[in-house]
Amino acid sequence: MSTVSISLGEVAASLALVAIAAAVSLWRRAGLELDIGVAVLRSFLQLVAVGYVIQAIFDSDSLWLVALLLVVMVAFGSATARGRASAVPRALGPIVFALSVAAAVTLGLVLALGVFAAEPRYLVPVGGMVIGNAMTATAVALNRLADEVHDGRGQIEASLALGATSRQASQRLVTRSLRSGMIPLIDSTKTTGVVFFPGTMVGMLIAGADPVDAVRLQLVLLWVLLGSVALASLIAVALGARGFFTPAHQLRE
Amino acid sequence: MLRGLDLQVEEGATAILGPSGCGKSTLLRLLNRLADPDEGVVRFRGGDVRELNPLELRRRVVLVPQLPAPVPGSVAENVVYGPSLQGREVDVDQPLLLAGLDPSFRGRDAAKLSVGEQQRLMLARALALEPEVLLLDEPTAALDERAKAGVEQTLRELANRGDLSMVLVTHDRPQAERLAGRIVRMEEGRVVKDETPAERQLSEVPREAS
Repeated sequence: MSTVSISLGEVAASLALVAIAAAVSLWRRAGLELDIGVAVLRSFLQLVAVGYVIQAIFDSDSLWLVALLLVVMVAFGSATARGRASAVPRALGPIVFALSVAAAVTLGLVLALGVFAAEPRYLVPVGGMVIGNAMTATAVALNRLADEVHDGRGQIEASLALGATSRQASQRLVTRSLRSGMIPLIDSTKTTGVVFFPGTMVGMLIAGADPVDAVRLQLVLLWVLLGSVALASLIAVALGARGFFTPAHQLRE
Repeated sequence: MLRGLDLQVEEGATAILGPSGCGKSTLLRLLNRLADPDEGVVRFRGGDVRELNPLELRRRVVLVPQLPAPVPGSVAENVVYGPSLQGREVDVDQPLLLAGLDPSFRGRDAAKLSVGEQQRLMLARALALEPEVLLLDEPTAALDERAKAGVEQTLRELANRGDLSMVLVTHDRPQAERLAGRIVRMEEGRVVKDETPAERQLSEVPREAS
């Protein structure tokens, strides 16, 4: 497989496309120029930094360092999801748990099934992908949960008033929130290859891999993602829903 | 919301009367522990409600909410909902009849009933638990005059059975007089007047409670 080599000059040249985005924003007075600038700068700094970190981890070939990196990813992912689902009380614990379980179970499974060898070059990108997708799904699902509880207060209290446990009273909302967290990924999995090409495949094809190999790897990753996102969403909404209630099965104010 | 409130509710029908925002709905929510007071104690039959199982308390002291909130499904599914939470099966027709709904409603979609019928369904659903006390939060606020008169008639019949106590929250004085033996008037989180029927006949002039 031939490797693709891009010079720093070529990277800088691609900024021309960013200039187009900034120009559109200026022309339509969308006020996004500053945000675009910040996004470009952050993506540059973060990717360069992570490039060196990953290089160091690959060179050391230490699984402890991989585990440490995954912990850092879970921490950042949890903080981000927590920020987006700010209307859910006590959500941090459930999110951390959801992302950790998603990462541990899916990585454990692909290793146990022998899909990947236990090497940093597989574990780091797959772990990052799982945690990133789980983060988005849990944030969407928990956000939806907060909306459902807000809109459904009357229904929930009417159920509690008949002696329902907080779990029984919130069952319907939890199901609906779980659906909203998972549906984007299910839809993109359904249309994959027709409407869009997933990132791994794009990367492998550009890097000169055999398309059939690229497809095989992509399928593995898509399916791993489906499983991990389902698991993370389920854990996050099931545990997150408890934050709305007191131990005496009262809906918090 | 509530301050310095000291109130003992006896068996029978008691109305809590007051303007909106005076804390009367909050008071109802304290009685079946949908909420807890920041300070003070709520007792049921002499015992601190915090020492009872809240789920069991709510099956004995059932709240009928101000706005009907049926679960999605048929009338029958709504009637059996409360008991089914504990895995109990109950007769559907009896609570429907008590609440003034014909048993032929069983299979109808609860969401498609009129508001008056839904309010009766909320009542039937509460009665299916065979409670000791019914907490009624503005039970006719969402209803037109005709539906209101019908629901009041049903509540009077229930009160006359003698095995069921009621605490009724309303802002409607004539309704309180029609439905309750005792009327407790609240303002700004406190009880300002407490009268039994005998006192009502003796004095039409409002008398401040000490």
